[in-house]
Amino acid sequence: MTVTVQIPSALRRLTSGTGQVKCSAGNLGELFSALDQQFPDLKSHLRDEAGEVRRFLNVYVNEEDIRFLGGNTYAFQDGDEVLLVPSIAGGAV
Amino acid sequence: MRFGVPAVQHLVLLPPINFPPVKRFSIRYFAARPSATESEYVMSAAARVLTVAPDHSKYELRCRECHKSWGNQPKSICDDCFSPLEVSYDYDALRGKFTHERIAGRAPDMWRYAELLPLPPNYQPSLPVGFTPLLRAPKLAARFGAKNLFIKNDAVCLPTLSFKDRVVAVALSQARSFGFDTVACSSTGNLANSVAAQAARNGFKAWIFVPADLEAAKILGTQIYGAKLVRIAGSYDQVNRLCSQIADEYRWGFVNVNLRPYYAEGSKTVGFEIAEQLGWRLPDNVVVPMAGGSLITKIRKAFDELIQLGLVEAKAVKFFGAQATGCSPISTAVKNGNTDIEPQKPATLARSLAIGNPADGHYAIKAITKSGGWAEDVSDPEMIESIQLLAETEGIFTETAGGVTTGCARKLYHEGRISPEQTTVLCITGNGLKTTDVLAGKYETEEPIRPKIADFETYLQRTLEAAGNNIPETVEA
Repeated sequence: MTVTVQIPSALRRLTSGTGQVKCSAGNLGELFSALDQQFPDLKSHLRDEAGEVRRFLNVYVNEEDIRFLGGNTYAFQDGDEVLLVPSIAGGAV
Repeated sequence: MRFGVPAVQHLVLLPPINFPPVKRFSIRYFAARPSATESEYVMSAAARVLTVAPDHSKYELRCRECHKSWGNQPKSICDDCFSPLEVSYDYDALRGKFTHERIAGRAPDMWRYAELLPLPPNYQPSLPVGFTPLLRAPKLAARFGAKNLFIKNDAVCLPTLSFKDRVVAVALSQARSFGFDTVACSSTGNLANSVAAQAARNGFKAWIFVPADLEAAKILGTQIYGAKLVRIAGSYDQVNRLCSQIADEYRWGFVNVNLRPYYAEGSKTVGFEIAEQLGWRLPDNVVVPMAGGSLITKIRKAFDELIQLGLVEAKAVKFFGAQATGCSPISTAVKNGNTDIEPQKPATLARSLAIGNPADGHYAIKAITKSGGWAEDVSDPEMIESIQLLAETEGIFTETAGGVTTGCARKLYHEGRISPEQTTVLCITGNGLKTTDVLAGKYETEEPIRPKIADFETYLQRTLEAAGNNIPETVEA
Protein backbone atom coordinates (compact mmCIF):
# COMPACT_ATOMS: atom_id res chain seq x y z
CA MET A 1 0.00 0.00 0.00
CA THR A 2 1.32 3.43 -0.90
CA VAL A 3 0.26 6.84 0.35
CA THR A 4 1.65 9.99 -1.27
CA VAL A 5 2.31 13.05 0.88
CA GLN A 6 2.66 16.50 -0.70
CA ILE A 7 5.03 18.77 1.21
CA PRO A 8 4.22 22.51 1.01
CA SER A 9 7.06 24.68 -0.25
CA ALA A 10 7.47 26.38 3.13
CA LEU A 11 8.63 23.04 4.56
CA ARG A 12 10.78 21.87 1.69
CA ARG A 13 13.86 23.45 3.21
CA LEU A 14 13.50 20.73 5.85
CA THR A 15 13.12 17.92 3.31
CA SER A 16 16.14 18.83 1.18
CA GLY A 17 13.75 20.21 -1.41
CA THR A 18 11.64 17.08 -1.66
CA GLY A 19 8.05 18.01 -2.51
CA GLN A 20 6.52 14.56 -2.55
CA VAL A 21 7.03 11.62 -0.22
CA LYS A 22 5.68 8.11 -0.58
CA CYS A 23 5.13 5.91 2.42
CA SER A 24 3.06 2.94 3.54
CA ALA A 25 1.44 4.48 6.64
CA GLY A 26 -1.86 2.98 7.77
CA ASN A 27 -3.06 6.05 9.62
CA LEU A 28 -2.10 9.63 10.45
CA GLY A 29 0.11 8.67 13.40
CA GLU A 30 2.08 6.25 11.27
CA LEU A 31 2.35 8.82 8.51
CA PHE A 32 3.92 11.37 10.86
CA SER A 33 6.28 8.70 12.23
CA ALA A 34 7.37 7.86 8.69
CA LEU A 35 8.02 11.56 7.98
CA ASP A 36 9.91 11.94 11.27
CA GLN A 37 12.14 9.07 10.37
CA GLN A 38 12.93 10.38 6.92
CA PHE A 39 13.15 14.08 7.85
CA PRO A 40 13.94 14.53 11.56
CA ASP A 41 13.82 18.35 11.27
CA LEU A 42 10.18 18.32 10.21
CA LYS A 43 8.75 16.95 13.42
CA SER A 44 8.59 20.11 15.51
CA HIS A 45 6.95 21.96 12.63
CA LEU A 46 4.11 19.52 12.24
CA ARG A 47 3.38 18.69 15.85
CA ASP A 48 3.37 20.67 19.06
CA GLU A 49 5.16 19.87 22.32
CA ALA A 50 2.37 17.48 23.33
CA GLY A 51 2.72 15.56 20.07
CA GLU A 52 -0.61 16.81 18.67
CA VAL A 53 -0.94 18.03 15.08
CA ARG A 54 -0.32 21.77 15.16
CA ARG A 55 -3.47 23.84 15.45
CA PHE A 56 -2.95 25.69 12.18
CA LEU A 57 -1.94 22.72 10.07
CA ASN A 58 -4.72 21.09 8.09
CA VAL A 59 -4.41 17.59 6.71
CA TYR A 60 -6.38 16.65 3.60
CA VAL A 61 -6.83 13.20 2.10
CA ASN A 62 -7.82 13.30 -1.56
CA GLU A 63 -9.06 16.88 -1.13
CA GLU A 64 -11.14 16.09 1.97
CA ASP A 65 -10.27 17.45 5.41
CA ILE A 66 -9.15 14.40 7.41
CA ARG A 67 -11.32 15.53 10.32
CA PHE A 68 -14.38 14.65 8.24
CA LEU A 69 -12.95 11.17 7.66
CA GLY A 70 -12.35 10.33 11.28
CA GLY A 71 -9.09 12.19 11.90
CA ASN A 72 -6.53 10.04 13.68
CA THR A 73 -8.69 6.95 13.26
CA TYR A 74 -8.94 7.19 9.46
CA ALA A 75 -7.37 4.11 7.78
CA PHE A 76 -5.45 5.14 4.66
CA GLN A 77 -6.35 3.42 1.41
CA ASP A 78 -3.87 2.47 -1.27
CA GLY A 79 -3.25 5.47 -3.52
CA ASP A 80 -4.44 8.10 -1.03
CA GLU A 81 -2.94 11.52 -1.63
CA VAL A 82 -2.26 13.50 1.53
CA LEU A 83 -1.92 17.30 1.54
CA LEU A 84 -0.44 19.30 4.39
CA VAL A 85 -1.84 22.83 4.12
CA PRO A 86 -1.49 25.73 6.52
CA SER A 87 -4.81 27.01 7.78
CA ILE A 88 -5.23 30.32 6.03
CA ALA A 89 -8.70 31.31 5.14
CA GLY A 90 -11.03 34.21 4.86
CA GLY A 91 -13.17 35.18 1.95
CA ALA A 92 -15.72 36.73 4.16
CA VAL A 93 -15.69 38.24 7.61
CA MET B 1 -23.10 61.02 -2.80
CA ARG B 2 -20.37 61.05 -0.22
CA PHE B 3 -18.02 62.99 -2.43
CA GLY B 4 -17.82 66.56 -1.30
CA VAL B 5 -20.54 66.16 1.29
CA PRO B 6 -19.44 67.05 4.79
CA ALA B 7 -18.84 63.85 6.64
CA VAL B 8 -20.64 65.13 9.70
CA GLN B 9 -23.95 64.32 8.05
CA HIS B 10 -23.17 60.68 8.42
CA LEU B 11 -21.83 60.79 11.92
CA VAL B 12 -23.60 60.08 15.10
CA LEU B 13 -21.93 62.38 17.53
CA LEU B 14 -22.36 61.96 21.22
CA PRO B 15 -19.97 64.64 22.42
CA PRO B 16 -19.33 66.71 19.30
CA ILE B 17 -16.05 66.21 17.47
CA ASN B 18 -14.15 69.40 16.89
CA PHE B 19 -13.61 69.41 13.19
CA PRO B 20 -11.18 72.01 11.93
CA PRO B 21 -12.55 75.08 10.11
CA VAL B 22 -14.65 74.09 7.15
CA LYS B 23 -12.23 75.39 4.55
CA ARG B 24 -11.57 71.80 3.54
CA PHE B 25 -14.96 71.69 1.90
CA SER B 26 -14.88 75.14 0.36
CA ILE B 27 -15.97 75.65 -3.22
CA ARG B 28 -12.96 77.89 -3.69
CA TYR B 29 -10.71 74.93 -3.13
CA PHE B 30 -12.32 72.81 -5.79
CA ALA B 31 -12.32 75.71 -8.23
CA ALA B 32 -8.66 76.39 -7.65
CA ARG B 33 -7.62 72.82 -8.02
CA PRO B 34 -6.72 71.98 -11.60
CA SER B 35 -6.83 68.20 -11.56
CA ALA B 36 -6.46 65.09 -9.50
CA THR B 37 -2.85 64.59 -10.42
CA GLU B 38 -1.44 65.14 -6.96
CA SER B 39 -3.81 62.75 -5.26
CA GLU B 40 -5.46 59.87 -7.06
CA TYR B 41 -8.91 61.13 -6.17
CA VAL B 42 -10.51 64.48 -5.62
CA MET B 43 -12.36 64.73 -2.38
CA SER B 44 -11.31 67.71 -0.37
CA ALA B 45 -8.29 69.65 0.68
CA ALA B 46 -7.96 67.25 3.55
CA ALA B 47 -7.26 64.43 1.15
CA ARG B 48 -3.98 66.12 0.44
CA VAL B 49 -3.13 66.28 4.11
CA LEU B 50 -3.03 62.51 4.24
CA THR B 51 -2.71 59.96 1.44
CA VAL B 52 0.85 59.32 2.52
CA ALA B 53 1.82 56.78 5.12
CA PRO B 54 3.53 58.82 7.81
CA ASP B 55 7.23 58.21 8.36
CA HIS B 56 6.82 57.39 12.02
CA SER B 57 4.54 54.42 11.33
CA LYS B 58 6.69 51.33 11.64
CA TYR B 59 5.39 47.82 11.33
CA GLU B 60 6.49 44.27 10.68
CA LEU B 61 5.15 40.73 10.61
CA ARG B 62 5.38 38.65 13.76
CA CYS B 63 4.20 35.15 14.53
CA ARG B 64 1.09 35.23 16.66
CA GLU B 65 2.21 32.21 18.69
CA CYS B 66 6.02 32.03 18.80
CA HIS B 67 6.45 35.82 18.24
CA LYS B 68 9.29 35.39 15.77
CA SER B 69 9.76 38.46 13.58
CA TRP B 70 9.52 38.04 9.80
CA GLY B 71 10.05 41.61 8.62
CA ASN B 72 7.80 42.61 5.73
CA GLN B 73 7.19 40.14 2.95
CA PRO B 74 4.27 38.41 1.23
CA LYS B 75 3.86 35.71 3.83
CA SER B 76 1.10 34.70 6.19
CA ILE B 77 2.38 31.64 8.01
CA CYS B 78 5.28 31.24 10.40
CA ASP B 79 7.68 28.72 8.87
CA ASP B 80 8.63 27.52 12.31
CA CYS B 81 5.30 26.72 13.93
CA PHE B 82 2.76 27.17 11.09
CA SER B 83 0.84 29.77 13.09
CA PRO B 84 -0.57 32.91 11.46
CA LEU B 85 1.53 36.06 11.16
CA GLU B 86 0.21 39.36 12.47
CA VAL B 87 1.26 42.95 11.75
CA SER B 88 2.72 44.59 14.82
CA TYR B 89 3.49 48.29 15.17
CA ASP B 90 5.85 50.45 17.13
CA TYR B 91 3.18 52.10 19.28
CA ASP B 92 5.70 54.14 21.25
CA ALA B 93 6.69 55.95 18.07
CA LEU B 94 3.04 56.89 17.49
CA ARG B 95 2.16 58.10 20.95
CA GLY B 96 1.45 61.82 20.92
CA LYS B 97 1.75 62.00 17.13
CA PHE B 98 -1.41 60.19 16.12
CA THR B 99 -4.01 62.41 17.77
CA HIS B 100 -7.70 63.30 17.52
CA GLU B 101 -6.80 66.63 15.95
CA ARG B 102 -4.55 65.07 13.37
CA ILE B 103 -7.21 62.56 12.39
CA ALA B 104 -9.99 65.17 12.32
CA GLY B 105 -8.05 67.21 9.78
CA ARG B 106 -8.04 64.39 7.26
CA ALA B 107 -10.47 63.29 4.59
CA PRO B 108 -13.48 61.20 5.67
CA ASP B 109 -12.18 57.82 4.56
CA MET B 110 -10.30 54.94 6.15
CA TRP B 111 -6.90 56.42 5.21
CA ARG B 112 -7.32 58.87 8.06
CA TYR B 113 -6.03 56.07 10.31
CA ALA B 114 -2.92 55.50 8.17
CA GLU B 115 -0.55 55.30 11.13
CA LEU B 116 -2.28 52.14 12.31
CA LEU B 117 -2.36 50.53 8.88
CA PRO B 118 0.55 48.70 7.21
CA LEU B 119 0.97 51.05 4.24
CA PRO B 120 4.17 51.34 2.23
CA PRO B 121 6.04 54.64 2.63
CA ASN B 122 4.63 57.44 0.46
CA TYR B 123 1.65 55.33 -0.54
CA GLN B 124 -0.98 57.27 -2.50
CA PRO B 125 -4.41 55.63 -2.16
CA SER B 126 -6.46 55.67 -5.34
CA LEU B 127 -9.90 55.52 -3.74
CA PRO B 128 -11.73 56.99 -0.75
CA VAL B 129 -12.64 53.72 0.95
CA GLY B 130 -14.63 53.34 4.16
CA PHE B 131 -15.86 55.92 6.65
CA THR B 132 -19.34 54.56 6.29
CA PRO B 133 -22.26 55.88 8.33
CA LEU B 134 -22.81 54.93 11.93
CA LEU B 135 -26.54 55.28 12.37
CA ARG B 136 -28.73 55.31 15.41
CA ALA B 137 -31.33 52.56 14.93
CA PRO B 138 -34.27 53.51 17.19
CA LYS B 139 -36.99 51.63 15.35
CA LEU B 140 -35.03 48.42 15.17
CA ALA B 141 -34.07 48.94 18.81
CA ALA B 142 -37.75 49.25 19.75
CA ARG B 143 -38.42 45.89 18.09
CA PHE B 144 -35.70 44.35 20.24
CA GLY B 145 -36.83 46.14 23.40
CA ALA B 146 -33.52 48.01 23.35
CA LYS B 147 -32.47 51.66 23.57
CA ASN B 148 -28.98 52.52 22.42
CA LEU B 149 -28.62 50.56 19.24
CA PHE B 150 -26.42 51.62 16.31
CA ILE B 151 -25.76 50.25 12.85
CA LYS B 152 -22.32 50.47 11.30
CA ASN B 153 -23.44 50.44 7.71
CA ASP B 154 -20.82 48.94 5.40
CA ALA B 155 -23.60 48.04 2.97
CA VAL B 156 -22.61 51.40 1.48
CA CYS B 157 -18.84 51.01 1.68
CA LEU B 158 -17.10 52.17 -1.48
CA PRO B 159 -16.25 51.07 -4.10
CA THR B 160 -18.12 47.73 -4.10
CA LEU B 161 -20.64 47.92 -1.26
CA SER B 162 -19.09 45.66 1.32
CA PHE B 163 -16.58 45.95 4.13
CA LYS B 164 -14.18 43.91 2.01
CA ASP B 165 -13.22 47.14 0.26
CA ARG B 166 -11.27 48.05 3.38
CA VAL B 167 -9.10 44.94 3.48
CA VAL B 168 -8.49 44.88 -0.26
CA ALA B 169 -7.40 48.52 -0.23
CA VAL B 170 -4.65 47.70 2.26
CA ALA B 171 -3.68 44.43 0.57
CA LEU B 172 -3.23 46.10 -2.82
CA SER B 173 -0.99 48.78 -1.34
CA GLN B 174 1.38 45.98 -0.33
CA ALA B 175 0.88 44.01 -3.57
CA ARG B 176 2.28 47.03 -5.39
CA SER B 177 5.24 47.44 -3.07
CA PHE B 178 6.10 43.72 -3.27
CA GLY B 179 6.13 44.02 -7.06
CA PHE B 180 3.18 41.78 -7.96
CA ASP B 181 1.50 42.48 -11.28
CA THR B 182 -1.30 39.98 -10.62
CA VAL B 183 -3.54 39.86 -7.58
CA ALA B 184 -5.85 37.00 -6.68
CA CYS B 185 -8.19 35.73 -4.00
CA SER B 186 -10.45 32.93 -2.95
CA SER B 187 -13.83 34.40 -2.22
CA THR B 188 -17.44 33.86 -1.32
CA GLY B 189 -18.33 36.89 -3.43
CA ASN B 190 -17.83 40.23 -1.72
CA LEU B 191 -14.07 39.86 -1.73
CA ALA B 192 -14.19 38.83 -5.38
CA ASN B 193 -16.06 42.03 -6.28
CA SER B 194 -13.69 44.20 -4.33
CA VAL B 195 -10.45 42.66 -5.61
CA ALA B 196 -11.75 42.83 -9.19
CA ALA B 197 -12.78 46.49 -8.91
CA GLN B 198 -9.73 47.73 -7.06
CA ALA B 199 -7.38 45.71 -9.30
CA ALA B 200 -8.92 47.47 -12.30
CA ARG B 201 -8.57 50.84 -10.62
CA ASN B 202 -4.94 50.19 -9.67
CA GLY B 203 -3.79 48.45 -12.85
CA PHE B 204 -3.36 44.88 -11.61
CA LYS B 205 -4.41 41.74 -13.40
CA ALA B 206 -6.89 39.81 -11.23
CA TRP B 207 -7.61 36.11 -10.84
CA ILE B 208 -10.60 35.31 -8.69
CA PHE B 209 -11.48 31.85 -7.39
CA VAL B 210 -15.04 31.21 -6.21
CA PRO B 211 -17.35 28.29 -5.40
CA ALA B 212 -19.39 27.56 -8.55
CA ASP B 213 -22.75 28.03 -6.78
CA LEU B 214 -22.19 31.70 -6.02
CA GLU B 215 -25.00 34.24 -6.40
CA ALA B 216 -25.34 35.55 -9.97
CA ALA B 217 -24.93 39.19 -8.87
CA LYS B 218 -21.61 38.44 -7.24
CA ILE B 219 -20.34 36.63 -10.34
CA LEU B 220 -21.39 39.43 -12.67
CA GLY B 221 -20.06 41.98 -10.19
CA THR B 222 -16.63 40.39 -10.57
CA GLN B 223 -16.54 39.80 -14.31
CA ILE B 224 -17.63 43.35 -15.13
CA TYR B 225 -14.23 44.64 -14.01
CA GLY B 226 -12.38 42.41 -16.45
CA ALA B 227 -11.14 40.01 -13.79
CA LYS B 228 -10.57 36.35 -14.64
CA LEU B 229 -13.17 34.42 -12.66
CA VAL B 230 -12.40 30.77 -11.98
CA ARG B 231 -15.40 28.79 -10.77
CA ILE B 232 -14.53 25.78 -8.65
CA ALA B 233 -16.84 22.81 -8.29
CA GLY B 234 -16.62 22.70 -4.52
CA SER B 235 -17.22 24.53 -1.26
CA TYR B 236 -15.45 27.70 -0.21
CA ASP B 237 -13.20 25.66 2.06
CA GLN B 238 -12.09 23.65 -0.94
CA VAL B 239 -11.54 26.79 -3.01
CA ASN B 240 -9.49 28.18 -0.19
CA ARG B 241 -7.37 25.09 0.15
CA LEU B 242 -6.73 25.12 -3.60
CA CYS B 243 -5.69 28.78 -3.42
CA SER B 244 -3.16 27.97 -0.70
CA GLN B 245 -1.64 25.48 -3.11
CA ILE B 246 -1.73 27.90 -6.05
CA ALA B 247 -0.14 30.65 -3.95
CA ASP B 248 2.58 28.15 -3.13
CA GLU B 249 3.40 27.69 -6.82
CA TYR B 250 2.77 31.03 -8.56
CA ARG B 251 4.11 34.49 -7.86
CA TRP B 252 0.76 36.15 -7.41
CA GLY B 253 -0.42 38.43 -4.66
CA PHE B 254 -3.24 36.45 -3.08
CA VAL B 255 -4.87 39.07 -0.89
CA ASN B 256 -6.19 36.52 1.59
CA VAL B 257 -3.34 34.03 1.42
CA ASN B 258 0.20 35.44 1.15
CA LEU B 259 -0.92 39.07 1.73
CA ARG B 260 -3.35 38.06 4.46
CA PRO B 261 -1.65 39.68 7.47
CA TYR B 262 -1.69 43.08 5.73
CA TYR B 263 -5.13 42.56 4.26
CA ALA B 264 -6.67 41.67 7.61
CA GLU B 265 -5.42 44.92 9.14
CA GLY B 266 -7.85 46.83 6.93
CA SER B 267 -10.68 45.40 9.05
CA LYS B 268 -9.50 47.47 11.99
CA THR B 269 -10.81 50.62 10.32
CA VAL B 270 -14.35 49.45 11.15
CA GLY B 271 -13.37 49.63 14.82
CA PHE B 272 -11.57 52.97 14.50
CA GLU B 273 -14.58 54.50 12.79
CA ILE B 274 -17.04 53.18 15.36
CA ALA B 275 -14.98 54.74 18.14
CA GLU B 276 -14.54 58.06 16.36
CA GLN B 277 -18.17 58.26 15.28
CA LEU B 278 -19.29 57.65 18.86
CA GLY B 279 -17.24 60.71 19.77
CA TRP B 280 -14.01 58.86 20.56
CA ARG B 281 -15.70 56.44 22.92
CA LEU B 282 -15.98 52.70 22.78
CA PRO B 283 -19.38 51.01 22.71
CA ASP B 284 -20.40 48.52 25.39
CA ASN B 285 -21.14 45.75 22.89
CA VAL B 286 -20.51 44.96 19.25
CA VAL B 287 -22.28 42.26 17.23
CA VAL B 288 -20.18 41.01 14.34
CA PRO B 289 -20.85 38.40 11.64
CA MET B 290 -18.31 35.60 11.52
CA ALA B 291 -17.11 33.54 8.59
CA GLY B 292 -13.34 33.15 8.82
CA GLY B 293 -13.56 34.90 12.19
CA SER B 294 -11.12 37.68 11.32
CA LEU B 295 -13.28 40.81 11.56
CA ILE B 296 -14.28 40.32 15.20
CA THR B 297 -10.64 39.88 16.24
CA LYS B 298 -9.57 42.94 14.26
CA ILE B 299 -12.25 45.20 15.75
CA ARG B 300 -10.95 44.10 19.10
CA LYS B 301 -7.39 44.90 18.04
CA ALA B 302 -8.55 48.33 16.83
CA PHE B 303 -10.16 49.14 20.18
CA ASP B 304 -7.08 47.91 22.05
CA GLU B 305 -4.81 50.09 19.92
CA LEU B 306 -6.95 53.18 20.51
CA ILE B 307 -6.80 52.53 24.24
CA GLN B 308 -3.07 51.98 24.11
CA LEU B 309 -2.51 55.27 22.28
CA GLY B 310 -4.79 57.16 24.65
CA LEU B 311 -7.32 58.00 21.95
CA VAL B 312 -10.21 56.50 23.93
CA GLU B 313 -10.75 55.66 27.56
CA ALA B 314 -10.18 52.04 28.45
CA LYS B 315 -13.38 50.03 28.49
CA ALA B 316 -14.24 46.34 28.57
CA VAL B 317 -16.19 45.96 25.32
CA LYS B 318 -18.16 42.74 24.92
CA PHE B 319 -17.83 40.99 21.57
CA PHE B 320 -20.73 39.01 20.17
CA GLY B 321 -20.36 36.80 17.12
CA ALA B 322 -23.10 35.92 14.64
CA GLN B 323 -23.32 32.88 12.37
CA ALA B 324 -25.86 31.01 10.31
CA THR B 325 -26.96 27.81 12.04
CA GLY B 326 -26.19 25.91 8.83
CA CYS B 327 -22.55 26.91 9.16
CA SER B 328 -21.80 27.65 12.77
CA PRO B 329 -18.43 26.18 13.77
CA ILE B 330 -17.51 29.22 15.88
CA SER B 331 -20.83 29.78 17.65
CA THR B 332 -21.06 26.04 18.35
CA ALA B 333 -17.61 26.08 19.94
CA VAL B 334 -18.48 29.12 22.07
CA LYS B 335 -21.73 27.54 23.24
CA ASN B 336 -19.98 24.27 24.07
CA GLY B 337 -17.12 25.99 25.87
CA ASN B 338 -14.49 24.76 23.41
CA THR B 339 -11.37 26.72 22.49
CA ASP B 340 -11.04 25.18 19.03
CA ILE B 341 -13.50 24.66 16.25
CA GLU B 342 -14.78 21.44 14.76
CA PRO B 343 -15.04 21.98 11.01
CA GLN B 344 -18.51 21.77 9.43
CA LYS B 345 -19.93 21.26 5.95
CA PRO B 346 -21.82 24.48 5.28
CA ALA B 347 -25.54 24.25 4.53
CA THR B 348 -26.86 27.80 4.51
CA LEU B 349 -28.09 30.45 2.09
CA ALA B 350 -25.74 32.89 3.82
CA ARG B 351 -22.97 32.08 1.39
CA SER B 352 -20.74 34.93 2.45
CA LEU B 353 -20.57 33.27 5.88
CA ALA B 354 -20.31 29.69 4.61
CA ILE B 355 -16.83 28.86 5.84
CA GLY B 356 -16.85 25.53 7.63
CA ASN B 357 -13.22 25.64 8.65
CA PRO B 358 -12.58 29.21 9.80
CA ALA B 359 -8.87 30.03 9.99
CA ASP B 360 -9.33 32.62 12.70
CA GLY B 361 -11.93 30.57 14.54
CA HIS B 362 -9.65 29.93 17.49
CA TYR B 363 -8.91 33.64 17.92
CA ALA B 364 -12.54 34.62 17.41
CA ILE B 365 -13.57 32.23 20.20
CA LYS B 366 -10.92 33.76 22.45
CA ALA B 367 -11.97 37.33 21.66
CA ILE B 368 -15.59 36.50 22.45
CA THR B 369 -15.15 34.48 25.62
CA LYS B 370 -12.44 36.68 27.15
CA SER B 371 -14.65 39.74 26.68
CA GLY B 372 -17.64 38.15 28.40
CA GLY B 373 -19.57 38.12 25.13
CA TRP B 374 -21.33 35.28 23.40
CA ALA B 375 -22.02 33.81 19.98
CA GLU B 376 -25.38 33.04 18.42
CA ASP B 377 -26.66 31.59 15.19
CA VAL B 378 -29.92 31.83 13.26
CA SER B 379 -31.70 29.66 10.72
CA ASP B 380 -32.06 30.73 7.09
CA PRO B 381 -35.75 31.72 7.52
CA GLU B 382 -34.83 33.84 10.56
CA MET B 383 -32.02 35.42 8.53
CA ILE B 384 -34.38 36.34 5.69
CA GLU B 385 -36.96 37.79 8.11
CA SER B 386 -34.18 39.83 9.66
CA ILE B 387 -33.09 41.23 6.29
CA GLN B 388 -36.69 42.39 5.87
CA LEU B 389 -36.87 43.73 9.42
CA LEU B 390 -33.72 45.86 9.03
CA ALA B 391 -34.96 47.24 5.72
CA GLU B 392 -38.44 48.03 7.07
CA THR B 393 -37.28 49.61 10.32
CA GLU B 394 -34.13 51.49 9.33
CA GLY B 395 -34.13 51.63 5.54
CA ILE B 396 -31.01 49.52 5.22
CA PHE B 397 -31.02 46.70 2.69
CA THR B 398 -28.35 44.24 3.73
CA GLU B 399 -27.21 40.96 2.29
CA THR B 400 -27.51 37.58 3.97
CA ALA B 401 -24.65 38.16 6.41
CA GLY B 402 -26.42 41.31 7.66
CA GLY B 403 -29.59 39.29 8.14
CA VAL B 404 -27.61 36.85 10.25
CA THR B 405 -26.15 39.67 12.33
CA THR B 406 -29.54 41.32 12.85
CA GLY B 407 -31.23 38.00 13.66
CA CYS B 408 -28.53 37.05 16.14
CA ALA B 409 -28.75 40.48 17.79
CA ARG B 410 -32.46 39.92 18.32
CA LYS B 411 -31.72 36.59 19.99
CA LEU B 412 -28.97 38.07 22.14
CA TYR B 413 -31.32 40.79 23.45
CA HIS B 414 -34.10 38.29 24.09
CA GLU B 415 -31.74 35.97 25.93
CA GLY B 416 -30.68 38.89 28.10
CA ARG B 417 -27.08 38.62 26.99
CA ILE B 418 -27.05 42.22 25.78
CA SER B 419 -28.38 44.78 28.19
CA PRO B 420 -30.99 47.01 26.48
CA GLU B 421 -29.64 50.24 28.01
CA GLN B 422 -26.08 49.75 26.84
CA THR B 423 -24.56 51.14 23.67
CA THR B 424 -24.51 48.34 21.11
CA VAL B 425 -23.25 48.44 17.54
CA LEU B 426 -24.33 45.95 14.86
CA CYS B 427 -21.78 45.56 12.08
CA ILE B 428 -23.61 45.33 8.78
CA THR B 429 -20.98 44.25 6.28
CA GLY B 430 -22.66 43.86 2.89
CA ASN B 431 -25.38 45.07 0.54
CA GLY B 432 -28.69 43.33 -0.14
CA LEU B 433 -28.62 44.04 -3.86
CA LYS B 434 -26.00 41.32 -4.19
CA THR B 435 -28.12 38.55 -2.69
CA THR B 436 -31.63 39.24 -3.94
CA ASP B 437 -32.05 35.57 -4.86
CA VAL B 438 -32.76 34.65 -1.23
CA LEU B 439 -35.81 36.90 -1.32
CA ALA B 440 -37.32 35.19 -4.36
CA GLY B 441 -41.03 34.67 -3.82
CA LYS B 442 -41.20 37.03 -0.82
CA TYR B 443 -42.89 39.81 -2.77
CA GLU B 444 -45.56 39.32 -5.39
CA THR B 445 -45.54 41.17 -8.66
CA GLU B 446 -49.06 42.52 -9.09
CA GLU B 447 -50.90 42.94 -12.36
CA PRO B 448 -50.35 46.46 -13.72
CA ILE B 449 -53.27 48.89 -13.68
CA ARG B 450 -54.19 51.24 -16.50
CA PRO B 451 -52.89 54.85 -16.23
CA LYS B 452 -56.34 56.15 -15.18
CA ILE B 453 -57.26 57.79 -11.89
CA ALA B 454 -60.43 55.72 -11.66
CA ASP B 455 -58.42 52.55 -11.92
CA PHE B 456 -56.09 53.76 -9.23
CA GLU B 457 -58.99 54.61 -6.91
CA THR B 458 -60.42 51.12 -7.31
CA TYR B 459 -56.98 49.68 -6.68
CA LEU B 460 -56.43 51.85 -3.60
CA GLN B 461 -59.77 50.92 -2.09
CA ARG B 462 -59.22 47.22 -2.68
CA THR B 463 -55.70 47.34 -1.27
CA LEU B 464 -56.57 49.31 1.84
CA GLU B 465 -59.64 47.25 2.60
CA ALA B 466 -57.58 44.11 2.32
CA ALA B 467 -55.14 45.62 4.81
CA GLY B 468 -57.97 46.86 7.07
CA ASN B 469 -56.91 50.52 6.66
CA ASN B 470 -58.99 53.60 5.93
CA ILE B 471 -58.92 55.50 2.66
CA PRO B 472 -56.52 58.49 3.07
CA GLU B 473 -57.91 62.01 3.10
CA THR B 474 -58.22 63.69 -0.27
CA VAL B 475 -56.85 67.13 -1.11
CA GLU B 476 -59.40 69.90 -0.57
CA ALA B 477 -60.23 71.96 -3.63
